[in-house]
Amino acid sequence: MQSYRIGTVSEFEEGTKKVFNLGETEVGVFRLGEKFYAWNNICPHQGGPVCQGRLYPRVHENLDENKNSHGRLYDKTNINIVCPWHGLEFDVRTGKHPGNEEIALDPLPVQIEGGEIYVIVGE
Amino acid sequence: MDALIKPAIEHPVQELDTRTDTRDYLAHARSDAEKKGFADWLIVDIDAHHVESVSWAEITSYIEDPVVRHQAEMYQSERVGAPPYGLNGDLGLRYQDVGGRIPHQSSQREVVEEKDVHRDVVLTRRAMHGLAVDYMVIFPTPMLFLGMHPQTDMEVFLSRAYNRWLTERVLPGDPGMVTLVVLPFNTPDEALKMVEEFADVPNVIGFCVTSTRYKPVHSNEYMKLYRAIEESGKPIAFHAGYHWQDPSLATCNTFLGMHSLGFAWCNIVHMTNWILNGIPERFPKLKSMWVESGLSWVPFLMQRLDDQYLMRQSEAPLLRRMPSEYMSDNCFYSCQPMEQSNMKALECTFEMINAKDQLLFSSDWPHFDFDTPSVIYDLPFLDEQSKRNILGLNAAKLFNLNTNGPK
Ligand code: FES
Repeated sequence: MQSYRIGTVSEFEEGTKKVFNLGETEVGVFRLGEKFYAWNNICPHQGGPVCQGRLYPRVHENLDENKNSHGRLYDKTNINIVCPWHGLEFDVRTGKHPGNEEIALDPLPVQIEGGEIYVIVGE
Repeated sequence: MDALIKPAIEHPVQELDTRTDTRDYLAHARSDAEKKGFADWLIVDIDAHHVESVSWAEITSYIEDPVVRHQAEMYQSERVGAPPYGLNGDLGLRYQDVGGRIPHQSSQREVVEEKDVHRDVVLTRRAMHGLAVDYMVIFPTPMLFLGMHPQTDMEVFLSRAYNRWLTERVLPGDPGMVTLVVLPFNTPDEALKMVEEFADVPNVIGFCVTSTRYKPVHSNEYMKLYRAIEESGKPIAFHAGYHWQDPSLATCNTFLGMHSLGFAWCNIVHMTNWILNGIPERFPKLKSMWVESGLSWVPFLMQRLDDQYLMRQSEAPLLRRMPSEYMSDNCFYSCQPMEQSNMKALECTFEMINAKDQLLFSSDWPHFDFDTPSVIYDLPFLDEQSKRNILGLNAAKLFNLNTNGPK
């Protein structure tokens, strides 16, 4: 088990991410609100560099009460990281694919102490 | 605890975009290849793409017809706001990157400083390095739609110009880059001339029909062409595509739906006509390849044709075996985009198509649904010899390539 100092909380703007090399492990660290999330930069699809992709709000179908569709909407309360290889999306908070929760990113523990962010790698 | 804490190092490539170097884009595939020891494997990628329209002014300078060539030159130099000269364009291409989610599909604007070879050679080498590929078959991209061009002559002009440009200006840059010559299939006599012109050109390993078109492959006007291809000893490939304006596909409102069906549908139709009209019986040494439709359509069509054939044999009197037997013994398939959501179904598919001998690895790089060699290497139900066959040795046999890689 190895702890890595990622930086200070104030260095991360809300809604941003950074990718780090922590020894042999590539990790994406994301800030949403006051919370931080760390995900292994290996996509469960084909091993692509998922955390080096772009952030997109989740898309919803805009249905009315009669089930008519009025196109699609962005839901800015749910942010997905999109793997740049083939486009699989994962909820930054849960790491899960929005259409199949069994397909999920591999999490790493994050600790905040005294305004510093740490990510733990390994057992 | 402090003594145990190490500083994190920021990754030098924070986000991949249209300017990212292909080697950075494929860094994970490269490190995976090194872990798996692909340096000791022959890997042949039978379907990758370059974007020929980036070099369109060069290509159109090869148009034979002087008036059309001049028109193209004037258009290239003065006209803005329209697709490249002569191409019929395509509605779907604007959706392939899923609104910017998959940047490498949009464009490759990376820096290329090398001047000794064509830019496309540099980009292809980078992709070959990333994917650990020894030979890469280069296909065009927007030209895949030329089979639907209302001016059949334009398919002839442009495919001949492209083939000459590619074989003279691009392929000599790297012995691992090879091609299947694009045939102007809507004009059979010109397609035949193309075979005669290119059959013995270095780095030409076969011939390609872009499948999006309404010409029946069993028409008598193609028999001379098939004879010539058979005699060349090289295969004919049907490279799938889609046509969103096709009346049935036009009901699909998403690229997702249209593309899922379209890329299989064109090859389903051509394969049906190919088999039921007994082309494998007429030209037993002619090898056909069915490219970029994935694999799940094959078991479907095998079962469907077998079922119906037994009831209506008199409509397909040339057949001496079941349709599925021709499909598994006479036809080759490229794997990409390999459907993997049901491993049992995939394993059954591999058995039905005799994958260990008939399946060919293809990446389709740099398109949004590309595959890496690991999609084959990681399959739990294949032995190592089958993996080696599919990743390279089947292609080496089919195309007569050096099993030690290009010289
Ligand atoms: S590897 Fe991430 S989407 Fe395919």
